[in-house]
Amino acid sequence: MRGKTLGGKVFRGALLAAFGLFFLFPLYAMADFSTRNLLAGGRTMAAWKNLITDDALYQAIVISLLLAVFTVVLMLLILVPTMIWVRLRAPWAKGVVEFLCLLPLTIPALVIVVGLRNVYLWVTYFLGESALTLTFVYVVLVLPFAYRAIDAALSAIDLKTLSEAARSLGAGWLTTIARVVVPNIWSGILSAAFISIAVVLGEYTIASLSGYETLQVQIVLIGKSDGPTSVAASLATLVFGFVLLLILALVTRGRRRPTAADPAVATPTPATQPGVPT
Amino acid sequence: MSRRIRESLPLLPFFALVTIFLIVPTATVIVSAFFVDGVFSLARIAALFSDTALSALWKSVLLSASTAIIGAVLGAVLAWLIVSSAPTSVLRRAVISLCSVLAQFGGVALAFAFLATIGLNGVLTLWVQEHFGWNLAGSGWLYSLTGLILVYTYFQIPLMVIVFVPALEGLREQWREAAVSLGASTFQYWRQVAVPLLTPAFLGSFLLLFANAFAAYATAAALVSQGSPILPLLIRAALTSEVVLGQSGFAYALALEMIVIVAAVMIAYNALVRRTARWLQ
Repeated sequence: MRGKTLGGKVFRGALLAAFGLFFLFPLYAMADFSTRNLLAGGRTMAAWKNLITDDALYQAIVISLLLAVFTVVLMLLILVPTMIWVRLRAPWAKGVVEFLCLLPLTIPALVIVVGLRNVYLWVTYFLGESALTLTFVYVVLVLPFAYRAIDAALSAIDLKTLSEAARSLGAGWLTTIARVVVPNIWSGILSAAFISIAVVLGEYTIASLSGYETLQVQIVLIGKSDGPTSVAASLATLVFGFVLLLILALVTRGRRRPTAADPAVATPTPATQPGVPT
Repeated sequence: MSRRIRESLPLLPFFALVTIFLIVPTATVIVSAFFVDGVFSLARIAALFSDTALSALWKSVLLSASTAIIGAVLGAVLAWLIVSSAPTSVLRRAVISLCSVLAQFGGVALAFAFLATIGLNGVLTLWVQEHFGWNLAGSGWLYSLTGLILVYTYFQIPLMVIVFVPALEGLREQWREAAVSLGASTFQYWRQVAVPLLTPAFLGSFLLLFANAFAAYATAAALVSQGSPILPLLIRAALTSEVVLGQSGFAYALALEMIVIVAAVMIAYNALVRRTARWLQ
């Protein structure tokens, strides 16, 4: 093939370098921009310090982290039992559940937020006016990614035998799920949780149009007066997400069956659909 | 029957959540696009054919189609570059991992990444200014449609790599050997075997990229704070200012327009994926 001749190698190398430059330069620029002292020249960490010292930004970071935690907890509490139940006792519902879980990929978040006003009038009526009420709609938003991760893990184990063994030894359904099934699909749960965290921390569409001040909303607000701080916060979110996915790749690498694809290929599949909050 | 009811009870929380926070909002959009205060009316739909709405739609289609073409072509090239390297190579793993992160890297952070690069005080802007004397950020093109095309390309290429690598990997070495042993040149193999096999996957990926760009909101919203050149931003304007064009509830019609287009594209995409699966699995 072409890559074997010297000319081919140079050509390939040049192309890869061009792609690398296009993708990595903006990331480098963020690091450079956020540490640059615009007035006096030289370097300053002022923008990064603002992540803690700027009250509004700090509050928004706390809110977003709380939202991420609540979303993961609620998503797992609802999705894991549902998916196990569907496989064991209600196979007739499998198609519907899968369809509903993947539906948010086809319905843009922007459309959901347009139709959400009336629903949230009721939600805030019952639960009060708090950004944390976004948890519910965020669970819907992360469903496709979480579903795929957990579904892959469930497919890899012999769920029926496991649960029958547990049940015949006298375990109730809750014990079976919590102490027998969950430990066996741990990698899928972890991957669902991490992807959900990344999605929630990056979500802007629904939060901004519902008028809640989450991290991304605050970043845009601050960006109008203080560019470096916004860039620092954006880069921090990005690095945080990258570290999460890296940990995930390392943790799940050892657990995969030999037949599974290359772990680096297998983990990112949830990202291959639209509906990602861009 | 009672057993079936008992068996479906544990599914109730899931169905309740999805119904309230996904089905109801979507239904609200569809119904409210046609009913004004409970009375059937085509006024909101008619507003879709106003100059403002048509221009936003056209620019959205232009943005989505151009970034989907650029993303699909460049993404396919990058996918080919890494697939033709050894399966175990560090390069291949690194590129695929990076792409999986960057495909998700839309939104606010991406807007600020480009502001930091080629914005008014961007790193590249200042560097070019210093060394060549050109003003890269001149005339604020980054905030226009051209700027959005460049910025969207940044997440479209990685998405293409992720969806197209499996298709390229599905090309079996035996097919190439069979073609070569029958006397085909490399060019003939590509023209008559590989390209026809990859075409459905390529078109499918193109549609996926189109829908991805068409529904994207956060990047454009963070970059363009005033005016509404594209459909998602017009929806923002309609939502936040309540009255656009003297039409309250205009956002419902615009959102319906978005659902219809994205759904149509995704249905075509699924049809192509099924066709691809016939050969490349």
